[in-house]
Amino acid sequence: MCLAVPAEVLDIDGSTALVDMAGVKRRICIDLLDEVHPGDYVLVHVGFALQIIDAQEAQETLELLRACFQEDLHAAAAPSTE
Amino acid sequence: MKFVDEYRDPAAARYLLEQIHKLCDAPQRIMEICGGHTHSIVRSGMEQVLPEAIKFVHGPGCPVCVTPIAKIDQAIALARRPRTIIATYGDMVRVPGSSSSLLQEKAKGAHVKIVYSSLDAVRLAVENPDSEVVFFAVGFETTIPANGFSVIRAKQLGLTNFSMLSNHVLVPPVIRAVLDDPGVRIDAFLGPGHVSTIVGSQDYEFIPREYHRPVVISGFEPNDILESLFMILKQRREGRCEVEVQYSRAVTKYGNPRAQDVVKEVFSPVEQEWRGIGAIAESGLSLRKELRAFDAYYKFHDWMPLPRPEEPCECICGEITRGVKEPRECASFGTGCTPERPLGACMVSSEGTCAAYYRYQHVTIQTGGARD
Repeated sequence: MCLAVPAEVLDIDGSTALVDMAGVKRRICIDLLDEVHPGDYVLVHVGFALQIIDAQEAQETLELLRACFQEDLHAAAAPSTE
Repeated sequence: MKFVDEYRDPAAARYLLEQIHKLCDAPQRIMEICGGHTHSIVRSGMEQVLPEAIKFVHGPGCPVCVTPIAKIDQAIALARRPRTIIATYGDMVRVPGSSSSLLQEKAKGAHVKIVYSSLDAVRLAVENPDSEVVFFAVGFETTIPANGFSVIRAKQLGLTNFSMLSNHVLVPPVIRAVLDDPGVRIDAFLGPGHVSTIVGSQDYEFIPREYHRPVVISGFEPNDILESLFMILKQRREGRCEVEVQYSRAVTKYGNPRAQDVVKEVFSPVEQEWRGIGAIAESGLSLRKELRAFDAYYKFHDWMPLPRPEEPCECICGEITRGVKEPRECASFGTGCTPERPLGACMVSSEGTCAAYYRYQHVTIQTGGARD
């Protein structure tokens, strides 16, 4: 039941926001967050925004992982010197 | 979808699996606390490609599964009350009480409404001033602020026909109970991602400090879980034991303070009965004394049935919830007990361990995992 879905904030009206959850538009309550802006991605759970997704953090960790496995792929592809 | 598809990349999954195979040199029993993780693990079929030494132990993190029968019976008793509307989340209507379910009561004419949000329950009270609206609210830390907010809103609106039948449960005390149970052996924890968006990673620091088990708070996509496993194994290899956050795009150390304030304003800690586990001190939250006008248990006390805490005898949900047994060890699994006609709560909720095993039992490497 603790399922929360990422959604893009499209528009804000007082304590509610119109969000896009994978193509489904829905109005949710944003009173559990201090500040939300259009364009933010939030985690939506039972009609409430629980947290803003930190896009920069997400990007950095993904890139870190990608860098690791690309290094590994290159190492595997490189001709052995032994 | 953004923030979903990136965490299902097959190339990254293969890389993480290789690293896990390299690092895994001893048996590891890893408990995923949250039912959402159980679902993701079983759906992806990842257990078939992980080292055999890694064994997932499914934890108590499904609020529907741990709601005691006595509480279901209370909701059913209120559903039978004249001019009363029961509003609740979809999973709750099919949970069997001792002799009926809310869905069966609805079929007989009771006013049972499924709501998406707690504020939908408040709206029902506004729209039906001649009826009592009882919001049968369950949940862990993820859902508790949203549920609590409905009471704040009802109070602001001056509603006298809105109340809450509350069954709110907390993760840290049940983890303590699981770790103190000599029948359960766990080497590390996959921490609950969405609970942690509210409480922060700080809530689990007692696990490495007092019980010397690593915790990695994980996201819910397959690669999130693989990366978390890798982080757990890395802690083991490097002789570290701490709380780490893999789900850093949503979880901070201190969580969501505004949501925490709502919880403090509305609820106070109480001893809580967990279905299949028993009573645990300070493991639940009840409405604060000054909000008893909104507490259905007190408001309709004369309607509350005496508790009849009987599990159907052929059901082993309790042992499954504690991580002692697996669904396939239950004689009723998939025969007497199915998602259509559940005997126990673990088969009801979409996040229940039995429901996940039932739904994805045909997922194999050959079929390439489950489709949404």
